[in-house]
Amino acid sequence: MAGTSRLSLLFAHLVLIAGAAVMMLPLYVAFVASTYAGADFLSGRVGLLPGPHLVENYRLALTTGSSTAGIPPVGPMLWNSLVVAVVIAAGKISISILSAFAICYFRFPLRVPAFWLIFMTLMLPVEVRILPTFEVAARLDLLNSYAGLTVPLIASATATFLFRQVFMTIPDELTEAAIIDGAGPLRFFWSILLPLSRTNIAALFVILFLYGWNQYLWPLLVTTDASYFTVVMGIRRLVGAAAEADPVWHLVMATAILALVPPVLVIAALQRLFVRGLTETEK
Amino acid sequence: MQAKRVTFPGKITPYLLLLPQVAVTLVFFVWPAGEALVSSLFAQDAFGLGSTFVGLANFAALLRDPAYLEAVGVSFLFAFCVTVLAMGLGLLFAAAADALGKAAGLYQVLLVWPYAVAPAVAGVLWLFMFDPSVGMIARALRTMGLSWNHMLDGGQALTLVILAAAWKQVSYNFLFFYAGLRAIPQGALEAAALDGAGPFQRFRHIVLPLLAPTTFFLLVVNLTYAFFDTFGIIHATTGGGPGRATTILVYKVFRDGFEGLDLGGSSAQSVVLLVIVVALTALQFRHIEHKVSY
Amino acid sequence: MVHSSRRGVLTALVVSAFAATLAQPAAAQSQTPTQIQWWHAMAGPLGEKLEKLAADFNATQGEYKIVPVFKGTYPEAMTGAIAAFRAKQHPAIVQVFEVGTATMMSAKGAIYPTYKLMADAGEPFDPKAYLPAVTGYYTDTGGNMLSFPFNSSTPILYVNKDLFRKAGLDPETPPKTWPEVEAAALKVQAAGVPCGFTTQWPSWVNVENLSAWHNVPVGTLENGLGGTATRLTIANPLTQKHWEALARWQKTKIYDYGGRQSKADPKFFSGECAMSIGSSAARAGILANSKFELGYGMMPYWPDVQGAPQNAIIGGATLWVLTGRPAEEYKGVAKFFGYLSRPEVQAWWHQNTGYLPITQAAYDLSRAQGFYEKNPGTDVSIRQMTLKAPTANSKGLRFGNFLQIRDVIEEELEATLAGQKTPQAALAAAEARGNEQLRAFEKANP
Repeated sequence: MAGTSRLSLLFAHLVLIAGAAVMMLPLYVAFVASTYAGADFLSGRVGLLPGPHLVENYRLALTTGSSTAGIPPVGPMLWNSLVVAVVIAAGKISISILSAFAICYFRFPLRVPAFWLIFMTLMLPVEVRILPTFEVAARLDLLNSYAGLTVPLIASATATFLFRQVFMTIPDELTEAAIIDGAGPLRFFWSILLPLSRTNIAALFVILFLYGWNQYLWPLLVTTDASYFTVVMGIRRLVGAAAEADPVWHLVMATAILALVPPVLVIAALQRLFVRGLTETEK
Repeated sequence: MQAKRVTFPGKITPYLLLLPQVAVTLVFFVWPAGEALVSSLFAQDAFGLGSTFVGLANFAALLRDPAYLEAVGVSFLFAFCVTVLAMGLGLLFAAAADALGKAAGLYQVLLVWPYAVAPAVAGVLWLFMFDPSVGMIARALRTMGLSWNHMLDGGQALTLVILAAAWKQVSYNFLFFYAGLRAIPQGALEAAALDGAGPFQRFRHIVLPLLAPTTFFLLVVNLTYAFFDTFGIIHATTGGGPGRATTILVYKVFRDGFEGLDLGGSSAQSVVLLVIVVALTALQFRHIEHKVSY
Repeated sequence: MVHSSRRGVLTALVVSAFAATLAQPAAAQSQTPTQIQWWHAMAGPLGEKLEKLAADFNATQGEYKIVPVFKGTYPEAMTGAIAAFRAKQHPAIVQVFEVGTATMMSAKGAIYPTYKLMADAGEPFDPKAYLPAVTGYYTDTGGNMLSFPFNSSTPILYVNKDLFRKAGLDPETPPKTWPEVEAAALKVQAAGVPCGFTTQWPSWVNVENLSAWHNVPVGTLENGLGGTATRLTIANPLTQKHWEALARWQKTKIYDYGGRQSKADPKFFSGECAMSIGSSAARAGILANSKFELGYGMMPYWPDVQGAPQNAIIGGATLWVLTGRPAEEYKGVAKFFGYLSRPEVQAWWHQNTGYLPITQAAYDLSRAQGFYEKNPGTDVSIRQMTLKAPTANSKGLRFGNFLQIRDVIEEELEATLAGQKTPQAALAAAEARGNEQLRAFEKANP
């Protein structure tokens, strides 16, 4: 900004330092809590500095979990979360890019109605139609399966819009050249469109990975078998136990840290892609 | 809704390309939404052993139910507070980062990471800090003579979920405001500075008008987030209580359907929510239209 | 179009790893033994003991394997099972807490009544062996037991003896009446303890058991045992007086509300509150999570109420069997229920959890083993249940939609304690809203 003085620069730094501290506080508190023993919480021994039980708590959370609270070990739950996140991201991208290709590069009856049908999905968040969607999934025998955890969530209007936009900016001369060379639509899609959309796909993948990883209500409903639990829904069970029968806050916080580290690392490592994905999809 | 000028011939191909997405949409979106519409007109027992057609009785019961009207009020209050807090902080941080220019890089990482945290996990992190027995902030407040008990005090419980929901959403607003500020032409600001406009006046007369589209877009996104994406925060922390202090509409649909086993009433609420989503989407429509007719 | 590069191979590997993961069958069922799902809501130390029961039964034979699945809280376990039933993905056995009784009883096509299950399987089963105070809750009008009484509890007073000593109170005589509770609370607060007492399960303790303990009805038609046309009568002078006291005490933390279900527990574990009124089955959790010496007393009563104390009513849960599972599973369920009824199994469960012994034989066995002498106070729950012959007001409760009614009562109690409503207004609202739920249930279950 023009006309910034030293003083206002200092002020800007102070604002951002305070802001960053507020944003980091819950994470720090959770980390500290995950390094104490369960009994330390009620006796008020948990302070501002990490305690001695870090390795032990994380090993416990990852391998045995808190079986009495019905919590399976976090290790397999992390794997499930990864599977769900990758399948949702890949699935959304695949079906969206194909339908965007159809809508942009072909003229056929029902083209516009198909577009609006896809657009409608924007208006139906899963929370709103939760009961009937659960019953549909149950009728199709999808409960307690990876398919049930992922397939109902892979329709995405936003991804279709994004690819449509990308395709609209690709010069028609390329298409003409391909047709003159005798390339069919699939060949054109594979060797021209895909390479040109690579960055968009990567950026979108980051956003959709986060979306998939952080799903909560849906996995909670479609899984009754502990071997399909994802880590984000597993947290809820632990909190229930911690607030009531069994104050296992150290395990809750270790699990919370384990649940948030992978997506946070994705953002930190792929920050440019993430920002690009976020601002492009605008949703 | 135009296509490309140059298109491929094909009778079957486009349908095959569309098939996966259309199939998923029909099976997991349109069919359940239709079911919600239908079951909102019936009264069913919990086990689904029988149902009777009751017409619009479920909707009439909703509008008569003080608990439902209260949930509407709580939802709006919650959405308003989350939006104001998250957008205000997002704008503040973005303005500060914009002033720093190149030096803003590290701060950006520190401010953006909460976006990656699941709402349910965000709720748990804040719940822990405010736990009446073991929470750090609850203890600190107690030493200041403020007794914190969100199990009993509805206002405190609502504050807790608002903080958790806003904390997670600040990052998103920060990124968009930051991008919006970066796009403001320096020349206009410099000219205004030469004319003797102070920083506040420059902000008021140049920056704000140019940020208006971003602000409007974020307003809709934040409201949508507060209405629909915060289910996990409520469910993992307060469970809608104490009393009905934190029961927002989307939580009530779930609770009446899955815990209250009142399928007709829950479906009627779903239909009402659908209307709200359609309204919010219509608000965004200009933005989408712009995309559609590129 | 095939161009194989290293990256292509890697991608193919990752894709096939995922494909393999996705292609796994939804549930790996082993052929033998027959697996029987048992959904339950016991977390923490109680969950450990429940899992041991299942494991011990599985070890006694090779035909059936009981698989306990923790489903969260009581309401979550019940509603989860019902949702699963609608989707035909339900377990054979589900643990349902007492407030779900009317809902389960009315679901005729979904329930396999226990008396019939045992008869069909040819397992010996004598309803008379069970304590009447327990079975009255779960039998139909013909005296047939519809569900298997697994874990029944009653609210008792827990005392932190260390804090009592510190305050100069006699740890061996817990307060008996509400005025005595108040006096003791003031004493411990004077000694620096932040809070006098807290309660678990607010409605169960401060409405349902309060009423039975003072021989006052919660609803008409024998508290709903006589039919679905029942109406609530909770807006009565006794409950109002009690809620007024609670609201007054909340202001100075003589009483400190700690949340619904058993969320108040940490306040007692940590020594923040010197007393707690909660389920007799909270014992296992308190002993596991605290370091002080624990004392037990009966629920306090209001001394100016004629005839009080009367007798307590139960809480806890029973095991309901759902229809629509393969026939061989039901044989295993019957065997398992037979195992759970054995006096030595029952006595072990009772002694290690604080739940009531549900058969006379288990109670006699515990006495013969000297358990009550060695652990003074552990029979408080039984003495409370059997203090006097039950009246129409103290046999038990059976209200439709009681899960929601409890929510309503607890919402109104929270509003009272937070100072937003007078006890009178809150109780009137709770009664009116509760009656709406009862009418809705009556309509849905003619």
